[in-house]
Amino acid sequence: MLQIDQATYDALVEHAKRDHPVEACGMVVGPIGSDRPARHVEMVNAAGSPTFYEYDSTDLFQLYKEMDDRDEEPVVIYHSHSATEAYPSVTDINLAGEPGAHYVLVSTREHGNNPGPVEFRSYRIIDGVVTEEEVTIVDTVIPSEESS
Amino acid sequence: MAIEVRIPTILRTYTGGEKAVDADGATLTALIDSLEANHPGIKDRLVEDKGNGIELRRFVNVYINDEDVRFIGSLDAALSDGDQVVILPAVAGGAR
Repeated sequence: MLQIDQATYDALVEHAKRDHPVEACGMVVGPIGSDRPARHVEMVNAAGSPTFYEYDSTDLFQLYKEMDDRDEEPVVIYHSHSATEAYPSVTDINLAGEPGAHYVLVSTREHGNNPGPVEFRSYRIIDGVVTEEEVTIVDTVIPSEESS
Repeated sequence: MAIEVRIPTILRTYTGGEKAVDADGATLTALIDSLEANHPGIKDRLVEDKGNGIELRRFVNVYINDEDVRFIGSLDAALSDGDQVVILPAVAGGAR
């Protein structure tokens, strides 16, 4: 299950709508081992495409360096699909490189840049196997082990 | 000579869970061969056949001292003792 706070959920949806029809992408990182999406990092889609996304390689390096310095890891890796459903494509599955992360897909196909509901779904993608999981939106995600 | 190589989560199955390992080589190609010698199978995850040779896989990024190797000669990029190498899988995908 993915637990995500309302403000972060809203930020991801806002990003997807703003970038529509280009695919929006980014991460929500959190303390290592916490499974808590704590810090939203919006990334630039270097492909600038409605059907593909890729982080710029320098941005990617900076992000991982920053996470390393802060003892963080990717908790949520998200991107949008602007014309298809919020389900991982073959490309998404083949390129999923973080077995510990929740892969979130937001589909903006219904309302585009305009207000209105989106599809927001989360998956685990491990060794090519996709498993959908429940998304629970809460006011604040309670830290699990990290404070003990 | 020792060069520290940072290994991404997805490739740690080849390094017994180690986040960083030592390797050596005067070029990235030689470094990858040195990695392969100690961690069999890892090379195939980093490079692919291209014509008569090999090239870095499209969705694998390698950095030498913070610089993407694609800007400094790719597999021919030069290495010296004390350099730091970071391997990161691309974060990419999409509906296509």
